[in-house]
Amino acid sequence: MKLITAVVKPHRLDEIKEALQAFGVHGLTVTEASGYGRQRGHTEVYRGAEYTVDLVPKIRIEVLVEDDDAEQLIDVVVKAARTGKIGDGKVWSIPVDTAVRVRTGERGPDAL
Amino acid sequence: MAPAITLAAEAPKLSAANTGFMLICSALVMLMTPGLAFFYGGMVRVKSTLNMLMMSFISLGIVTILWVLYGFSMAFGTDSGSLIGWNSDWVGLGNIGLTELWPGYTIPVFVFLVFQLMFAIITPALISGALADRVKFSAWALFIALWATVVYFPVAHWVWGTGGWAFELGVIDFAGGTAVHINAGAAALGVILVIGKRVGFKKDPMRPHSLPLVMLGAGLLWFGWFGFNAGSWLGNDDGVGALMFVNTQVATAAAMLAWLIYEKIRHGAFTTLGAASGAVAGLVAITPAGGAVTPLGAIAVGAIAGVLCAMAVGLKYKFGYDDSLDVVGVHLVGGVLGSLLIGLFASGKGQSTVEGLFYGGGLTQFWKQCAGVFAVLAYSLIASAILAFILDKTMGMRVPEDDEVAGIDQAEHAETAYDFSGAGGGAAKTAATAPVAAAASKKVDA
Repeated sequence: MKLITAVVKPHRLDEIKEALQAFGVHGLTVTEASGYGRQRGHTEVYRGAEYTVDLVPKIRIEVLVEDDDAEQLIDVVVKAARTGKIGDGKVWSIPVDTAVRVRTGERGPDAL
Repeated sequence: MAPAITLAAEAPKLSAANTGFMLICSALVMLMTPGLAFFYGGMVRVKSTLNMLMMSFISLGIVTILWVLYGFSMAFGTDSGSLIGWNSDWVGLGNIGLTELWPGYTIPVFVFLVFQLMFAIITPALISGALADRVKFSAWALFIALWATVVYFPVAHWVWGTGGWAFELGVIDFAGGTAVHINAGAAALGVILVIGKRVGFKKDPMRPHSLPLVMLGAGLLWFGWFGFNAGSWLGNDDGVGALMFVNTQVATAAAMLAWLIYEKIRHGAFTTLGAASGAVAGLVAITPAGGAVTPLGAIAVGAIAGVLCAMAVGLKYKFGYDDSLDVVGVHLVGGVLGSLLIGLFASGKGQSTVEGLFYGGGLTQFWKQCAGVFAVLAYSLIASAILAFILDKTMGMRVPEDDEVAGIDQAEHAETAYDFSGAGGGAAKTAATAPVAAAASKKVDA
């Protein structure tokens, strides 16, 4: 199994979700995150005092998939997340030893 | 405030209309203190929100009690030496007749005193914005009591009390430019020069944590300010209160626009905080002046205050004093501007026939205004600094640095403003709540 993690722009969430559903993914986890890459941050002004806000809001999407689906699923996420502008984010995958469905106790790919 | 209206030989009679109007105005002015609490509370970081709210709310408690005991007597009792009042019949407010009129007016003494009480409450609360994040709550509470006694009650007497020197000199202060705003702004400067900066001032980002709260507070202040300003004429028999009402709206609108335009040009954006700050700067500036100027004059007063206050809030970074939420930049500067501009823009067609420079009256009134402004500014600055110094040397004004960094809310109030976690931040009942639970279950058993 692989854990696919995508850190992307918040407003792309719906497109990514729809693309993943069309691909046949049954579940995913979304968390709000903040960070920066090449995009860096932005400047805010309060009563003339400028603040550099370098952590910008992102969402982190996590999906567990079988090894064979991983590369294709990464492509699906990348395509749905892309706007072509700086700050679109990153997608990566890491191997996962095991997974358990809490309700039934099923293990491995059966738990997905 | 209005001069006593003595209609020919006839003694004033109680007016139900004026009495009702003034009671509503008193409630409006009361609402300004919670409004101020939100205005300031939204501007601090999350960790000190509650402390900021409480610094205003506690004034509603402390000053009310002092006012009943001796504050009203000191501010508005029989004058001695043009400096302070006293009337032992008013101590405790027990010997005032229900229909006894405030001399020269059509409203009962009780109405006058409760209206004035609301001013005495908000003035020390205004100071708190300069002291964000770092002042021990017990020290702040004691400071309010001492400051009201040593500074506010005497200054209110100078400006509004019969026999007070500024009142007799003819300094115009319709609703509190000197007694409230310059007084509070100068006090804020005096205290921060003694207690020093927040940890991380000019280094750490100190963004407002909730601009919607700031806007809510500004809206409540704007609304309540109609009572503060229009009510300060103590009645509606000659329309001056209505002129003040109109000018309050006009100057506030002009100041908000002026601040926004200034910062769009200077910093590139129309900010929410700029709109809220501009509105408050306009309200402050028109407070002393609104009865003396025409609506066009009010536009000038508001616009000048909007731009100059927007410039003044940057001074703290240049000079290195930590006026955390710009009490000096908005209230002191706005109050001084409003008070001095009367000397230029007084039209002679409002509260009195006094004309300013631009209406052919020369500079006579301007010099009177200067005297009022600088006397209040100097007295409040020095007396407040001395009070803060004494408190700092005895009980200590500031919380320990660790508490300030971790957040004053938890250290001083044992609470947090927001619970963001669905799990309640992992909170569990401790022994302190157990006896109550035990008692409750016993009752059910029996």
